Amino acid sequence: MSHKLIDLSHISKSFDGEMVLDDLNLYIRENEFLTLLGPSGCGKTTTLRIMGGFEKPDQGKVIFDGQDITNLAPNKRQLNTVFQKYALFTHMTIAENIAFGLKIKNKSKEYIQDKIKYSLKLVNLEGYENRMPDSLSGGQQQRIAIARAIVNEPKVLLLDEPLGALDLKLRQDMQYELIRLKNELGITFVYVTHDQEEALTMSDTIVVMNQGYIQQVGTPENIYNEPENAFVADFIGESNILPSTMIHDKLVEILGARFECVDVGFGENKPVDVVVRPEDVVLTAPEEGTIEGVVTGLIFKGVHYEMDVMARGYEWLVHSTHMFPVGTKVGIRVDPFDIQIMNKPESEDEEAVTSNE
Amino acid sequence: MSKKWFAAPYLLWSVGFIIIPLLMIFFYGLTDRSGAFTLENVVAILSPEHSKALVLSLLLSLASTVICLLLAYPLAMILNKHHLGRGSFIVFLFILPMWMNFLLRTLAWQTLLEKTGVINSVLSALHLPALDIINTPYAIVLGMVYNFLPFMVLPIYNVLVKIDENVINAARDLGANGVQTFFKIILPLSIPGVVSGITMVFVPAMTTFVISTLLGGSKILLIGNVIEQEFTQGNNWNLGSGLSLVLMVFILVSMAFVMKYDREGEGGMF
Amino acid sequence: MVKRGVERLYLVLIFIFLYAPIATLVVLSFNASRSRAKWGGFTLEWYTEMFQNSSIMQALYNTLLIAFLSAAIATVLGTLGAMGISAMGFRMRSLCMSVTNIPMLNADIVTGISMMLLFIAMGFRFGFQSVLIAHITFNIPYVILSVMPKLKQTDKSTYEAALDLGASPVYAFFRVVLPDILPGILSGFLLSFTMSLDDFIITHFTKGPGLDTLSTKIYTEVRKGIKPEMYALSTLLFATVLILLLLINVTPELRKRAALKHAQAAARR
Repeated sequence: MSHKLIDLSHISKSFDGEMVLDDLNLYIRENEFLTLLGPSGCGKTTTLRIMGGFEKPDQGKVIFDGQDITNLAPNKRQLNTVFQKYALFTHMTIAENIAFGLKIKNKSKEYIQDKIKYSLKLVNLEGYENRMPDSLSGGQQQRIAIARAIVNEPKVLLLDEPLGALDLKLRQDMQYELIRLKNELGITFVYVTHDQEEALTMSDTIVVMNQGYIQQVGTPENIYNEPENAFVADFIGESNILPSTMIHDKLVEILGARFECVDVGFGENKPVDVVVRPEDVVLTAPEEGTIEGVVTGLIFKGVHYEMDVMARGYEWLVHSTHMFPVGTKVGIRVDPFDIQIMNKPESEDEEAVTSNE
Repeated sequence: MSKKWFAAPYLLWSVGFIIIPLLMIFFYGLTDRSGAFTLENVVAILSPEHSKALVLSLLLSLASTVICLLLAYPLAMILNKHHLGRGSFIVFLFILPMWMNFLLRTLAWQTLLEKTGVINSVLSALHLPALDIINTPYAIVLGMVYNFLPFMVLPIYNVLVKIDENVINAARDLGANGVQTFFKIILPLSIPGVVSGITMVFVPAMTTFVISTLLGGSKILLIGNVIEQEFTQGNNWNLGSGLSLVLMVFILVSMAFVMKYDREGEGGMF
Repeated sequence: MVKRGVERLYLVLIFIFLYAPIATLVVLSFNASRSRAKWGGFTLEWYTEMFQNSSIMQALYNTLLIAFLSAAIATVLGTLGAMGISAMGFRMRSLCMSVTNIPMLNADIVTGISMMLLFIAMGFRFGFQSVLIAHITFNIPYVILSVMPKLKQTDKSTYEAALDLGASPVYAFFRVVLPDILPGILSGFLLSFTMSLDDFIITHFTKGPGLDTLSTKIYTEVRKGIKPEMYALSTLLFATVLILLLLINVTPELRKRAALKHAQAAARR
């Protein structure tokens, strides 16, 4: 990947005395699909709105392509936004909506016509030029909102939970559509969502945010397999987070039983959190496991069974293709490389550390 | 029993006290004292004295409508921008004056506008020329603007609040500056409110006889005064009804105007 | 910052414009001189005299009674009407709403004379009842237009859920639907009451010679000169309403703000 296209440095922002972003540092590379992921109120939308120019940061700078655009009005920025609830102009036809930005830039009639045609084709809505936005379905309106933004050939497209209002099936279809669009256009996408599945499917880079702090930045695989703290582990996918003690390098004591692991450098006899993904918990005969437990719940999920296993006072969540009926005594084993060690947060605040590697 | 029937008493009432009375105006307006059909009462609008009153009414009501619009639009925008409309506080401020009797409120302008009244005292203290408009058409326009301004502000305010902030952000995002955003997005989206406001001001202004009586002295006759006199002094109900029919043409035109631009009733007062 | 200042100034000027006549009337109610043009010193004379003036008291009584009765009846008819209309199909509903809009959009003078002609044709005696009917007629639309939006917001399924849980339609209405639309009903009632109180034109045409409301009494006094007692009465009415409305509207708002401040202070600690 090439150079930093957008660089947010030391951004702070508060509303009515409430801190929403605290000294945030983040850069976005050219041609990247970057997703800001986090629960509502984590500051992800504010971050996006600062890039779009709809909010001014209290402190910090927004650098775009080497230039400071912190105080630049939204209409002067080379980015375009796709808004949460589409924000189409209901008093204009689809064609007029799409032409809006181009007309303001005084483009020629022919150019605008070509662009409308091209963009409608791109979002698979050819022939919709003269319809009114209200006559379109949610998914179609969303595509128009995207078309309206991309005809302006922005260097970056900002998307604020664009699929939030759509139903599940449509959302999944639109995810593939967005990836295809991104590849065809070859521009940078900054995407905001609270849906981890969306983030994992589409992104090159995921930025997990909570309480105004960046929790972790990484590739989807990275974030999923090696969460840096309990928040990320908990937020991304399902997981067992177990209070443990690091005995020494490559050996951890979980709920009183010793497990081999691959992590080093956490010190000796240090309290840590261990993350084990449900699909990484291996159920065996009682005597073969590292610890023993009893199955307390069983649900068939299609591809796999979801089981709750009570072991040493903790309810483990297990995904397995093998079924163990409720009441069965089982053994629990975890392969060393499936154990992810995380530093324990020392306080509430510590849970939300800034990090940006 | 379907819930629809709940509306039955109201609908009966409407037919009895809205529709039938309106038909009565048509009946009286299109007949003479003996009950024979005639167009005389309607054509009477063309007589110099009646047409003069009609033209004056039109001029004054159009003037006050335009002034109301010019005053109300920025006002509604300011109220919306600063989120001053939380709850019903703004409506409250505009409805509150109605608890002081309408006639007295209007009459109070006489006191304010008099040669030695409050306004002229202030003006002379500032070494400005005195305002001598009492008993002139200007005073009538002022009375109209004063009485009907809230009916322009509230509908416009109500449509402005409903405009999604992100729609305005989207326009900015697509390169529109403040002025372009106003003319291409905000103004067109607020048309239902503007149209509704225009009729809410125009119709009562066009038909008033009270404001002209109170602020215009006895010499200025509007079409409303003419009709009122036919009913209360002249006792020529047929002529009064015929002239009312002419008035109703203007009302119908403005109602059709609303229906065209505000089909969903977005620009209401509430 | 300059822009903000200009906006503030504009707001202030508009509100001066709206409230200047009211201030004038309040001042006049304390004016010892009977002339409107001159300040003759401070007096409370008019406030005591108005209570002894039986014709003013009678007009006040008529005004309040008509306003209350017409608002109450219009609220019942209008609420039922709104519920019925909202249950109708699109065509019927738009037809009914058009009829509802007639008294709102029509000129008061036309509404007034149309009802006058009707009462004459029916041989109805002019007086209290004719005015009451007229006021109910122009009040109903305010109720319908206040209740309709609330009905639209109300989830239909809550009513059905209540029925499903064994409630009778009447019980379900009073326990489930009514609480939801109550704010609309109340504001419809208040609006009707206000409109009725403030009406002159329609009353003027439908009252007949025997009856006077405050408005019609003031109108007949215009030529002879308004009695200062009228200013006193209006000021008193206005002040009462102002205080009542402030209590209703502002108190919860203040309480909310105080609570918010408190919470913020606590959060900072």
